[in-house]
Amino acid sequence: MIRPDAPVLLEIRDLTARVEDQPILKGVSLTIRAGEIHAVMGRNGSGKSTLSKVLAGHPAYTVTGGSVRYMGDDLLTLEPELRARAGLFLGFQYPVEIPGVSNLEFLRVATNARRAGKGEEELDTFAFEDLVRERLQVVQMDPAFLERSVNEGFSGGEKKRNEILQMALLEPLVAVLDETDSGLDIDALRIVAGGVNHLAGPDNATLLITHYQRLLDVITPDYVHVMAAGRILRTGGKELALELEERGYDWVDAELAALERTPAEVG
Amino acid sequence: MASSATVGDLVSQPYKYGFVTDIETEKIAKGLSEDVVRLISAKKQEPAFLLDFRLRSYRQWLQMEEPDWASLGHPPIDYQEIIYYAAPKQQEKKASLDEVDPKLLETFEKLGIPLSEQKRLSNVAVDAVFDSVSIATTYREKLAEHGVIFCSISEAVKDHADLIEKYLGTVVPGNDNYFAALNSAVFSDGSFVFIPKGVECPMELSTYFRINSGDTGQFERTLIVAEEGASVSYLEGCTAPMFDTNQLHAAVVELVALDDASIKYSTVQNWYAGDENGKGGIYNFVTKRGQCRGDRSHISWTQVETGSAITWKYPSCVLQGADSVGEFYSVALTNNRQQADTGTKMIHVGPRTRSTIVSKGISAGHSSNSYRGLVQLGPKAVGARNYSQCDSMLIGDQAAANTYPYIRSQQPEARIEHEASTCRISADQLFYLQSRGIAFEEAVSMMVSGFCRDVFNQLPMEFAAEADKLLALKLEGSVG
Repeated sequence: MIRPDAPVLLEIRDLTARVEDQPILKGVSLTIRAGEIHAVMGRNGSGKSTLSKVLAGHPAYTVTGGSVRYMGDDLLTLEPELRARAGLFLGFQYPVEIPGVSNLEFLRVATNARRAGKGEEELDTFAFEDLVRERLQVVQMDPAFLERSVNEGFSGGEKKRNEILQMALLEPLVAVLDETDSGLDIDALRIVAGGVNHLAGPDNATLLITHYQRLLDVITPDYVHVMAAGRILRTGGKELALELEERGYDWVDAELAALERTPAEVG
Repeated sequence: MASSATVGDLVSQPYKYGFVTDIETEKIAKGLSEDVVRLISAKKQEPAFLLDFRLRSYRQWLQMEEPDWASLGHPPIDYQEIIYYAAPKQQEKKASLDEVDPKLLETFEKLGIPLSEQKRLSNVAVDAVFDSVSIATTYREKLAEHGVIFCSISEAVKDHADLIEKYLGTVVPGNDNYFAALNSAVFSDGSFVFIPKGVECPMELSTYFRINSGDTGQFERTLIVAEEGASVSYLEGCTAPMFDTNQLHAAVVELVALDDASIKYSTVQNWYAGDENGKGGIYNFVTKRGQCRGDRSHISWTQVETGSAITWKYPSCVLQGADSVGEFYSVALTNNRQQADTGTKMIHVGPRTRSTIVSKGISAGHSSNSYRGLVQLGPKAVGARNYSQCDSMLIGDQAAANTYPYIRSQQPEARIEHEASTCRISADQLFYLQSRGIAFEEAVSMMVSGFCRDVFNQLPMEFAAEADKLLALKLEGSVG
């Protein structure tokens, strides 16, 4: 939902970042307002996953320039946990398994950390049980998964559902979902996408990072950004995704080549 | 990035118990000889049988060699450079706590072990040992009403000589091994617990060991006897000041469980571990053994080992009585340059004896952590069973973990199961937890407690939370 007067939640300006000595992001700018759904599309290696990790504060990525303002504050100086408490959420492409840590306990600690960030009271175990059971329905997840260790032995689809369950509990203002559709069969995709649609509202925003159009068949973006070589090459509406689907990414290469010849004229 | 600054801050987390109490101490001269053994015995006004035991042990020790089979390395120990007896200067053990040097009471209070009437832990009786002597034991009268004896070994030698003569050295003989022989020759103090027939000890018993003097060895001796149908839960805690020289701690613990008796022995060990370069710290060379002498008796060891520069320790069970049960639950954590070679021995002698071993080793920094365990089933141990589970967790990429399980069975039909696993706390796991609003240190602690849960569940309730915190503190800053 595009409302030009909606408050800006996330403002990325000329962001550059590297991993080890390899520059990955080479000047990304993106403004996200409340109520909007953005999709960043691009080939593997275009930098789109890096963008999500940098936003969440992964220690392996070093920001070398530019700025990110979140709700008006400098996001990049915050520890990852503080970003999460402030309402920034990263849905992982490959959620890790954490043996020995109970999923329920993990969800409760995370939910309470976020609540503390909102100045809300901590939920005790009973109140949290009620909440988690209600939110399980968003992703049609079996409560049995609460009793297991975090993601341990979960299938690819179960891990993604667990991600969306966390999103449902943490009620983020900006949710960055990194390849949430990868590894999902069509039923699981529908459930996960249904969860994301359910959670999207006028006060929050979603940034979908994806390789394929198929996720965008079930979640309609307001903006589509095409990323290549660490930059956003083009921004358009949902029809841009369809164009990509039809024409493939080859035209992106041509545009990129043109860009590299005359960098100053584009962007 | 952001979290690496936190790591730096946390690495320097100081050892909280490193202070030295300034108190006048009576020490004997450095070095070990037959005369020193006699002197210790004389100072404690011991009966002849005990002096004989000491001298026999000392002579055997002279013939023995320091063991070198463990995965440990340290410069040779000069046994003539150690002081074998140090005691805070005060006459006679005080009848009432009011007469104990307030400095000592203050020391224990600082360690979180208040002894005074008003502040003492409820439902835990404490024997406080400072250097070589026990300075106070709380709740003695209340325990005496139930016939339970809980006092220092020195007092027991005077007041209950018959029991000491009957049981001392019967589980760990004077010549059992090099360090046990040394202890048997020079042991200074420790705790004695006696639970008479049919009595369930009404409260937790606990001994708190504090090494204060810099050049003193600590050689305490603990003996716990549970008669037929008796039961007791006992907890041992330890700390020491920070010195840049190494100190030797060679204790012996003997447990005896008669028919249907049950002894639960828990240790939360937090000796000074040396600095991050491995300078200083305690050498913890301890012999702990329990004997399930009676049928259906039960001995359970739970240990949380976090301190010491070097740990060499194998709390064991000799399962002699039919249907007796031995258990060993251990968390051993090493960080920086610490070394630990620890585990257990389950010696199945009687029929249908059962043992369970759950060992969790956590290695961080440049440390080395080995599990070494023996499960032995003798010719009469028909229908005996063992289950062992040994898990290692590596933190960072400089630490080492080893597992040495030994199985000797003379029972072809016996059921012996062994499971082992190794895992590593990865930066990605930590980031995952952080990205859900969980602070770095809490994330580490969540993962470590998850890993240790099976063992912590065995600790007395009062101490389980303590152990959790202790591990978190010891590990802070070791990941990243």
